[in-house]
Amino acid sequence: MASEELTGLTQGLTIDAARAAVASGETTAVALAEQHYSRISTGDEQINSYLSLSRDRALAQAAKIDGMAARGEALPPLAGVPLGIKDVLTMQGTPATAGSMILKGYQPPYDATSVARLEAAGAVLLGKLNCDEFAMGSSNENSAYGPVRNPRALDRVPGGSSGGSAAAVAADFAVASLGTDTGGSIRQPAAFCGVVGVLPTYGRVSRYGLIAFASSLDRVGPFTKNVKDAATMLEVLAGQDAMDATSSAQPVGSYVAALEKPVEGLRIGVPEEYFGEGLDPEIRAAIEKVLDGLKAAGCVIKKVSLPHTKYAVPTYYVIATAEASSNLSRFDGIRFGLRDAEAKSLSALYRKTRDAGFGSEVKRRILLGTYALSAGYYDAYYKKAQQVRTLLTRDFLAAFHDVDVLVAPVTPTPAFKLGEKTDDPIKMYLEDIYSVAASLAGICGVSVPCGETGEKLPIGVQVLARHFDEATMLRVAKAVEDGQASAK
Amino acid sequence: MSGVTIDDVRRVAELANLELTADEEPRMQRDLNSILGHIAELNELNTSDVPPMAQVGEVLEGVEAFLHGETLRADAVRPSVDRAKVMAAAPETDGRFFKVPKVIER
Repeated sequence: MASEELTGLTQGLTIDAARAAVASGETTAVALAEQHYSRISTGDEQINSYLSLSRDRALAQAAKIDGMAARGEALPPLAGVPLGIKDVLTMQGTPATAGSMILKGYQPPYDATSVARLEAAGAVLLGKLNCDEFAMGSSNENSAYGPVRNPRALDRVPGGSSGGSAAAVAADFAVASLGTDTGGSIRQPAAFCGVVGVLPTYGRVSRYGLIAFASSLDRVGPFTKNVKDAATMLEVLAGQDAMDATSSAQPVGSYVAALEKPVEGLRIGVPEEYFGEGLDPEIRAAIEKVLDGLKAAGCVIKKVSLPHTKYAVPTYYVIATAEASSNLSRFDGIRFGLRDAEAKSLSALYRKTRDAGFGSEVKRRILLGTYALSAGYYDAYYKKAQQVRTLLTRDFLAAFHDVDVLVAPVTPTPAFKLGEKTDDPIKMYLEDIYSVAASLAGICGVSVPCGETGEKLPIGVQVLARHFDEATMLRVAKAVEDGQASAK
Repeated sequence: MSGVTIDDVRRVAELANLELTADEEPRMQRDLNSILGHIAELNELNTSDVPPMAQVGEVLEGVEAFLHGETLRADAVRPSVDRAKVMAAAPETDGRFFKVPKVIER
């Protein structure tokens, strides 16, 4: 088969289509994996989405699935589906860098629970995806292994921190992928690259094997090419895990089945604070069109207020950096990764290893977090931020008394150019203005493509829902997606 | 709250076991001051009666998953990761322990 013919098959390939093709014998899981590797080898030099490929593990799993299919055995939900994994999640026998020099060469001795669950469901794990160092960033420009380019516009960033996860799906280098979201790191790159990205409720998906950034905020979730695939992935990923004490015992919903239910009668909240100054007019118009579509589908549209929204970014940057300063103290050159071999004392070993291993954004956040937690400043910064976090969460709980979901923009602007915001951390942090409040409150959200700008840059809309109400969230997301399809 | 000085930056870097270069110090000072200036907006809010929130579960009254103790696993002995595999990832080891430079300096 000619290589063009090979790679053409991966284009727009969904979980449903991939699994069905393997099940029917139309293709094999091994062939699907090879087609993706072929596409990666020709196209990813430009995009830089993969940091490492786990070819042996992927092909062994694919052969196992092909054996099951040949014997006519019942196939699991992700049978033969080629996926990519953000490089902050551990996969035994495969490097885990977290986008940092300090973990260069580190091979973790165990699988993250989310990784193990995907593989147990039949997925073929192609490799590890580029991201901002320790998931700290909104543009993927903080990776020690080079930035990722947006497949939809090569001079633009793919968003961050899960930039590689979004770009790989957008470029058909994977059918779907796993990312993580601490302050917007799934939803924002999904919006920038024109794919679906899910932020599950805090506690819905195990964090075991996720290299921690901010433990009270970190979440693992899927990137997919459509809403149904996201529902399929979430059903596999969700559920309690003995290895993560914050994972929830709440029953896992039938997310795929929920998509069949009509949205008629659902109450959609439109938070006025998300439509203020600074919102790109083309994004505003696209979201308004989404709301018109939902209204036409029988939803009730209501204006709501989340009055503390403007405090979400400063609150987030205290809490996330405080937790990060504590979490990142484990990178000390003793047990894994980089070590400064010249250091003569233990304290010099710590300092020199961390100086050589961490990039400037990581250092900036460790310093800020350490400052906020230091004697004399704790109450003024950390405790204050925790109190405002309560207010931000109460805003959502109050809104969800009146409405079933909230619909809002994901980002104030479409994907920006590489280098455009790297000089000013505040400018970059304000990129998260519509995403961090949901992170702090622990509610679930999804970013769904809803058109493009005049410059052909993707636009995303987020649907936010109550804690553990992913079923309703995805139902509305599906209606948004259907509305896009019928508008074309 | 007064601004962050270069000495503050050095003190915090020492607390965090970070070594900053001469170029990095003034840049971090500038960035910390600008970020802390933005964070100072939180002082517009009176939060004297608001409880601090450390975890999402604290605000979800009645959500069963977060009741105290519910998420604790059974107190049973289970194998941990194989020592040989852990040591294989260490920069310096004798196979049994991690090796570090001398800890007591005098």
